[in-house]
Amino acid sequence: MQQARNIATSRQREGSPWTGLWAVVAKEMADYLTSARMLILEALILLTAFGTVYAASQNLRAGVGSGDDFLFLRLFTTAREPLPAFVGFLGLLVPLLAIALAFDSINGEFNQRTLSKVLAQPIYRDALLLGKFLAGLGTLALALTAIWLLIVGMGLLQLGVPPSGEETTRMLWFLLITIFYGGIWLALAMLFSIVFRQPATAALAAIAIWLFFTVFWGIIASLLARVLQPVPPGDTQALINQIQLELMLTRISPNTLFSEVALAMLNPAVRALGIVLPIQLHNAIPGTPLPASQSILLTWPHATGLIAATIVLFAIGYILFQRQEVRA
Amino acid sequence: MTDVVVECRDLTKQYDTFTAVDRLNLTVRKGEIFGLLGPNGAGKTTTILMLLGLTEPTGGIARVLGLDPARQPLSVKARVGYLPDQVGFYDNLTARENLNYIAKLNGIREPEMSRRIEQALEQVGLSNVADRRVKTFSRGMRQRLGVAEILIKQPQLIIMDEPTLALDPEAVREFLALIRQLKANGITILLSSHLLQQVQAVCDRVGLFHKGRMVLEGTVSELAQRVLGGAYRIRVEAEGGDLVMSALRELPDVVKVSQHEARSYNVEARSDLRAEIARKVVDVGGKLLGLSIDTPSLDEVYARYFQKGAAYAASA
Repeated sequence: MQQARNIATSRQREGSPWTGLWAVVAKEMADYLTSARMLILEALILLTAFGTVYAASQNLRAGVGSGDDFLFLRLFTTAREPLPAFVGFLGLLVPLLAIALAFDSINGEFNQRTLSKVLAQPIYRDALLLGKFLAGLGTLALALTAIWLLIVGMGLLQLGVPPSGEETTRMLWFLLITIFYGGIWLALAMLFSIVFRQPATAALAAIAIWLFFTVFWGIIASLLARVLQPVPPGDTQALINQIQLELMLTRISPNTLFSEVALAMLNPAVRALGIVLPIQLHNAIPGTPLPASQSILLTWPHATGLIAATIVLFAIGYILFQRQEVRA
Repeated sequence: MTDVVVECRDLTKQYDTFTAVDRLNLTVRKGEIFGLLGPNGAGKTTTILMLLGLTEPTGGIARVLGLDPARQPLSVKARVGYLPDQVGFYDNLTARENLNYIAKLNGIREPEMSRRIEQALEQVGLSNVADRRVKTFSRGMRQRLGVAEILIKQPQLIIMDEPTLALDPEAVREFLALIRQLKANGITILLSSHLLQQVQAVCDRVGLFHKGRMVLEGTVSELAQRVLGGAYRIRVEAEGGDLVMSALRELPDVVKVSQHEARSYNVEARSDLRAEIARKVVDVGGKLLGLSIDTPSLDEVYARYFQKGAAYAASA
């Protein structure tokens, strides 16, 4: 027994796996924030934020003083032809931003021949991978928070009313979810940067998955639901089951999770995500807003799902990276 | 025992069906320059990666500075500098920023960090370009920057993988001078290469790798003795035809005599026979025109070894 314990301790790695973590984070974040591709994407997001929010605020000015309690939230969700709402843009641009950050994080080092050199320093691989991920997430959080603040600032100028505490809570929660929505794509792009030796292949693979979930998954989910849960004529329960199944399937896509969160958080009148039967609305007053805490509760599973998916993808990448040979 | 820097006993690395390193035994002592020689794919880089703890051995023991690289990789990597073949840098950072990052990864803090960086830049002669981006650097400058990155952690052992590959002759000369300077500072150096002249120029001892095994080990002249048979090659220019030829053959310690031009003979011998040859040629009535001795080159050892490699491998 004693001997077994001795062997176990002697097989343990010495030191902390996080040695050097902050050196990696600082260096990577400096790289991200000054890289040309980040500047281009940030400019793009800023431009869309400015355009959509300006257009929305023009519409909303008419509504100031009309008793709408959630003018600020409408900044994100109001669309004015020909521009879609800002949330719609975010759903598209955040994955692109995240993929652009991470698609060459490991294979780039490999091709630059810096990987073996960095790993020959007294750090573990854990620190390198986690450092890169944290730096990416930090950059994403920084960029999104800046845009968020910009929107709030524009709202103050254009609408002339301050956001209420209720609105601020909702917007903050939405910001947090947006960051983790980016985290999924960041972890995915990083995973591909470990699997594929060519950065271009990794970028294309990540974008292919993004396209798949954005364009095709909705169609496939509905087809699958129809095949797996056929509805005999007149069978209402089967119809409900089919719709439930389709909803479950679409929620595999992070895009669905994100747009449902956006819907629930930025639109306080939404009381449930999914189908609601008339009987469940008995005694409810349609159109009355939910308190922020209830909306957060409603989107809690989504937040958990997004964070869990991020962690799972990162873990897969971590295992693959630990086993990878460093030599060319 | 304290002066042994690198020690391998029966070190083995197996990839699926391919054995990259096969029961390697190696000892490198403090302050010496040891050269790992061998063709590409002989297992040199794999051995180096195992010594650094970047790859786990499948069998055997490796000790670097008395530490186990597989279990104490941080301690090993803090004391050992590694210069990979074709070392890479973050091209859009300056030389100083690259060094900064490495220093931080090694946990070196200000003000010690700036001091060491300045010192390392000075030592490799890059102080005047420290704030230029690395992408503007020549190969030779990059290689020296690689050495600077190693020097900032003040290592006891430096491992270099093909350090002079793809350098121009002037850069090679400067680089070898730098290696000698490091040795003078008491640093042990293990370098791998297949550029034999350069290895011969700086290495105290060499080990010859072949198919994952170290087949020969020793100083260059020891290897020459063992592989070439005669360690001395004497070039004789004389007039006198067959008479000279047979006279040379009669001398004691002569291994082989060959004639490759009308008046030119090569003598392989176990000792320095120049005086005896001169006397003999004159004695038999020949005219001695020239006499010179070649120091055995690693090139020849290498070429000869791989010519009859199979026979050696069987007997080793």
